[in-house]
Amino acid sequence: MGGSASQLPKEQLAEYQELTFLSKQEILLAHKRFNELTKDERNPPTRVPMDKILALPELKSNPFRKRICHVFSTSEVKDGSLTFEDFLDLLSAFSDSATLEIKSHYAFRIFDFDDDGTLDGGDLEKLVNCLTGDTDDTRLTQEEMRQLITNILEESDIDKDGTVNLSEFQHVISRSPDFVSSFKIVL
Amino acid sequence: MESEDAEDDEDKEDEAPRNKRAANRRKAGKKAKDTEDESEGDSDSKTDSEEEESMSEGELARLTEEVEEKKKLIANIRTKPWRMRRRLTVLKESQEFVDKFEGALGGKGKGRAWFAYKMMMKKKWIKFQKDFENFRTSCIPWDRKIKEVESHFGSSVASYFIFLRWMYGLNLVLFSLMFGLVVIPEVLMGLPYGSIPRKTVPRAEQPTAMDYSVLMDFNVRIGIFGYSLMVVIRTMAKNQDVGGGDDADNEFTFSWKMFTSWDYLIGNPETADNKYASVTTSFKESIVDEQENQKDENIHLRRFLRVLANFMITCILGGSGYLIFFAVSRSQEFANRDDIGWYEKNEVEIIMSLLGLVCPPLFETIAELEEYHPRIALKWQLGRIFALFLGNLYTFLFALFDEVNNKLEEEVHIKNNSVWFLKEYLANFSMYNNDSEATAPPINPADAIRGPCWETSVGLEFVKLTVSDIQVTYLTILIGDFLRAFIVRFLNYCWCWDLEAGFPSYGEFDISGNVLGLVFNQGMIWMGAFYAPGLVGINVLRLLSSMYYQCWAVMCCNVPHERVFKASKSNNFYMGLLLLILFLSLLPVVYTIMSLPPSFDCGPFSGKAKMFDVVMETIDLDLPAFIGTLFGYVANPGLIIPGVLLMVLAIYYLNSVGEAYKNATLELKKKMQMARDEEKNRRNNKKSTNQQQQDLEDLLPKRSLAPPPPPENNTEKKEEKGGRGTRVKPGAAGGVNMQKDVSLASANPNARGPVTREPAPRGPGALPGNPQERGEKGRGRGAPRQ
Repeated sequence: MGGSASQLPKEQLAEYQELTFLSKQEILLAHKRFNELTKDERNPPTRVPMDKILALPELKSNPFRKRICHVFSTSEVKDGSLTFEDFLDLLSAFSDSATLEIKSHYAFRIFDFDDDGTLDGGDLEKLVNCLTGDTDDTRLTQEEMRQLITNILEESDIDKDGTVNLSEFQHVISRSPDFVSSFKIVL
Repeated sequence: MESEDAEDDEDKEDEAPRNKRAANRRKAGKKAKDTEDESEGDSDSKTDSEEEESMSEGELARLTEEVEEKKKLIANIRTKPWRMRRRLTVLKESQEFVDKFEGALGGKGKGRAWFAYKMMMKKKWIKFQKDFENFRTSCIPWDRKIKEVESHFGSSVASYFIFLRWMYGLNLVLFSLMFGLVVIPEVLMGLPYGSIPRKTVPRAEQPTAMDYSVLMDFNVRIGIFGYSLMVVIRTMAKNQDVGGGDDADNEFTFSWKMFTSWDYLIGNPETADNKYASVTTSFKESIVDEQENQKDENIHLRRFLRVLANFMITCILGGSGYLIFFAVSRSQEFANRDDIGWYEKNEVEIIMSLLGLVCPPLFETIAELEEYHPRIALKWQLGRIFALFLGNLYTFLFALFDEVNNKLEEEVHIKNNSVWFLKEYLANFSMYNNDSEATAPPINPADAIRGPCWETSVGLEFVKLTVSDIQVTYLTILIGDFLRAFIVRFLNYCWCWDLEAGFPSYGEFDISGNVLGLVFNQGMIWMGAFYAPGLVGINVLRLLSSMYYQCWAVMCCNVPHERVFKASKSNNFYMGLLLLILFLSLLPVVYTIMSLPPSFDCGPFSGKAKMFDVVMETIDLDLPAFIGTLFGYVANPGLIIPGVLLMVLAIYYLNSVGEAYKNATLELKKKMQMARDEEKNRRNNKKSTNQQQQDLEDLLPKRSLAPPPPPENNTEKKEEKGGRGTRVKPGAAGGVNMQKDVSLASANPNARGPVTREPAPRGPGALPGNPQERGEKGRGRGAPRQ
């Protein structure tokens, strides 16, 4: 549906403008960049494999890039590949004008490493490891990790069931002044 | 769009699968549609006018409601966290539905054309708005540049540039206001008419009539302040929404660090590495902080050191104020001499700029004595810099006003002289012409003695101040950043220790210093704009060049911060500072309008006792009488004082309402926790820990206590655990009635299944985030309705 066409038809452009938070220029730019990912191939597929997406400069240095691809991908085989519409979804959620609800919804899904609908201790631990980088001297010790996770659960787990669900997450996030401005990706 | 005649069969066929597939038809809505279809089918054979009558009132109302709902859905479709495919389908369906039935609702026969016309105009208007928005976003300059800076340095450095761009826009508007409404009419009306002789040329007889251009001039100058005020407050209000409430910073420190510390704009691997390091450091620090709590070592020494530091800083502030005063009085002496060089002319301004340069690092070094937590230390530092700038500016102003008073005295002399000169001239003329009837030609204004114009000199001083400020800023960037980077880079090859890692190394971009500089610069502009209208134009140029210059300098000579430190809510903080500066710079201007007499010989306001008289005279002479009396009543202190009291009361009231909300939030949190505890206890068959609850239950007979479905009232920012509650057997959650009062900020979509299976198997009714969904399976509102 327009993913491999060299030109984006006008009604589709209008539709995409209705359906996403992106402006016309942003959609066109996204189309261009998306096509560039597959420009070397003779028969460009509608679905771009994950490693090509991860090569984008905007995502290259992001510790959550794989999770982002998985969350926005609609492929049945769960390989993280994105169609153009998935790509637009991604950009729309990360755009400047997206609402707090959308951003927090997707942030929750990105942080939910095991896809079970809640952020439990395992998810939080993986999250911290992503944030502290890969080298050994920047990781936290087991003791520190335990302490950190306890503190986090104490703060955000309101119903004290040991996990953070979407509502609790959104409650925490809605109070944060930095979230909206840092949860942004612009092409 | 199908014609209504052929539609009914197709519709019925399409309806069935569509209804099965569609995500958000309410049962009521569906029913309305079915009945509508039937009536449409019936009406097929009838004429138009009978068609309307065949629809009953109830159906009509329901249909209207449904159409409205669909329209709302279309408008909000982008806020739903669904997949694009699904959004597209829903959008198409909703649009078809709306198109089809909107015509049908169009009212009775005659009104139909008008209704259709209205709809078309509305659509055109919406399209126009969208196009305009697109145009506006494409007009915003420097997007690429800022994006580059963002990806290298993160969003906090970029926020400075965004602020700079915003200031540029503000100044541009002010400049065009000033230019368009004052300067152009002047130029157009031209010198031969010389709107007021005094404006272009000094001295003539007293003005006889009120000239509107003067009023306009005055209004424009006041309007500049008004506009700036409005814009700043509006931006602050907008930021307030985003920022959320401002209660304790410490409420969610860990969670925020976890969930919001990564900056997704970073695209540069080196910056990313820095970010990793800083995140790790901040985690470790906060863990340690938490464990450490109060380290009470030697509190007396610390107190003494802090008092000492504050004392030293006050001395420095006082010293700088005195220095400025001294320099200004020296400049008055200079003004009387003739052989002054460039330095003496600009001495005051240079001294002020240098002070602004030298003192802040001094403050920082002294502040190390104090040993505050970095965030608190930053606040103190900003406060001190603020005090420094303010003190300097006000000292400068006071010194200037001293001069003004001197000039005013001088003016009185000159006035006497001029009168005497005129008399002489006339006497000479009549002497030579022997004709007392002829009136002498007016003195060529250029010949007359001009008095000193204090407004001009004040304006001039401000211009000089701004210019020297610009020069000093640019020089510091050049030397402090560029030269430093240059030296570090090239001298590193032949130096004993590693310059890059060790002492000088590359500079980091000083966000707060730069923002403060910008804010104070704007304050000076506001103060001076009243006296020197061209100042705004100079500022526009300055901001423009600053943008390019600083972007280049940042990319070329700076490195990303090692410790990324978000003084959170910083955006609103800087706006608040701007607002404060606006008020503070308004004060001197208002004072001069109200009390100092304008200079006699130049400027648009001359001849009046006070500048404000311009407005008073207009009211008296030109506007109808009742407005004058109205203003008289309004300005009565008897009215103003109650007005002020009312405002104070309003502030107090709003404050207490805010506190009440906070308390309500705490209460609800407690209730939630209690509910959870109750459930846990129930499951474990233990006695209730809440004694009151236990008493109540002992009294009541054991029956299944299904809680009534909660109403839809929205208390703000409270989320509900309803999603969790449904997993429990009915009656278990019954004892606690909290679910009645509370509704969700956003429904918990995950009560039933994992999130990634959302698109396909989720049947109708299992929608995340759709607030209108009445839980068909009992989700989202916590009322088990099996």
